[in-house]
Amino acid sequence: MKRGTSSALTMTLGIAAFLSLTATVVVGLTLPKTIEQGDYSKLIAIHPGIAWASYVALGVTALASALWLWPRTRSITYDLLAGASAEVAVVFTSLTLITGSIWGRPTWGVWWVWDARLTLSALMLALLLGYLALRRVPAESDVRARRAAVAAMLAVLVVPVNHFAVTWWRTLHQGRSLTQLTPENDLDGSFIFAMVLGFLAMTLVYAWLTVHRLRVARLEESLVDEDLELALEARRREAVLT
Amino acid sequence: MWHDALLVAGKDLRIEARSRVALNQVAPFGVLVLVLFAFALDPDRNVLVRAAAGLFWIAVLLSSLLAVQRSAGIEGADGVSDAQRLSGLDPAGIFLGKAAAVAVQLALLEVVLGVGVVVLYDVDVNGVLTLVATAVAATIGLAAAGTLYGVLAAGLRVRETLLPLLLLPVVAPVLIAATRASEAALTGLAVEVAPGDWLRLLVVFAVVYVAFGVVAYGMLLEES
Repeated sequence: MKRGTSSALTMTLGIAAFLSLTATVVVGLTLPKTIEQGDYSKLIAIHPGIAWASYVALGVTALASALWLWPRTRSITYDLLAGASAEVAVVFTSLTLITGSIWGRPTWGVWWVWDARLTLSALMLALLLGYLALRRVPAESDVRARRAAVAAMLAVLVVPVNHFAVTWWRTLHQGRSLTQLTPENDLDGSFIFAMVLGFLAMTLVYAWLTVHRLRVARLEESLVDEDLELALEARRREAVLT
Repeated sequence: MWHDALLVAGKDLRIEARSRVALNQVAPFGVLVLVLFAFALDPDRNVLVRAAAGLFWIAVLLSSLLAVQRSAGIEGADGVSDAQRLSGLDPAGIFLGKAAAVAVQLALLEVVLGVGVVVLYDVDVNGVLTLVATAVAATIGLAAAGTLYGVLAAGLRVRETLLPLLLLPVVAPVLIAATRASEAALTGLAVEVAPGDWLRLLVVFAVVYVAFGVVAYGMLLEES
């Protein structure tokens, strides 16, 4: 069996991710200053994209968990994919909060505001950390998969409720970034271009990271099986000798 | 299913009636939390009165962690979980029974803490009906979600530390909604979002988790 997580697909994906990320950074840095936010407005190149990638990652985790729970599509791959995607989701959700705070400081005057979307992101992060902590509890892969899949579904169920709760509670954030793409927006074309490029780059980075993480998880699984077989083999040899 | 639920709920409540863990440990803990809030906040400047609803629900939430852990814990001893699987009881019934027992204990706890808030924080109660409705919806939601996570974490060696991490972010909307709904009833102030809307949110939460528990509890019982 091949040891490693690289393949033609991930090489291509990695190069595409790197190129689009570089392009995003270059385009983002050359964006003009705005009157209200100065240089900070350049964050539009990465912040919405990172937030988008965190949603994608969560969506993939939820979908993979559902596919595992569905008896006809049950496969260890979906469990591992859910775990891999959740780990990447933690990275992107944390980055969303960090870049958001950096942007919020000059815009709102504070690092953190109790706005609906920030609160929701923070709650999502907490849910993800709980999910990953549960995955890390040692157990047979089948038991772990069932536990994790049910926990993921439980967490997914709460997201819409959370959404309404925090939205009614507080709302300060600007409208959804995607709605800025409609014709009547007042955002300059170059900003939109940078933002869309950011969406693309972050999606590619997400896919690249997740595929690699999934392959590492597969290797870990096979290592466990192999160790077991080796141990069995050793016991058998002992038995023959005595 | 309903018969099994009654059996399990009866069993859990009988154990509680004999061991008095919730009465002797969880309820005093909840009251202690209320007292600690008074130490942390300035009682003289009306801070407590304004924050009373939130503090009350935080105390309920923290106490519910203990109640849930206790509820899952009594199944862990002496191979009860295996016996439960062999007993032929409907898993949905077991879930409903355990959740109902937790809900009853939480409801009594809320009465104690409610009296505590009125006495200690000097709060005037205006809308009793809203408060009761809020408490009922929130309690069912908390008990259902708590029972699910309780059994999920039950067999694990890290359950004491894992349960709060899993449960608290999930019940965060209950805290928000229950606090807002009861705030209006306590302070009598006009609020942006009507208590009715918050109440609906609590009901949705409760329905979702009760339904999920009925469907998925069997799967969680199988595992350990």
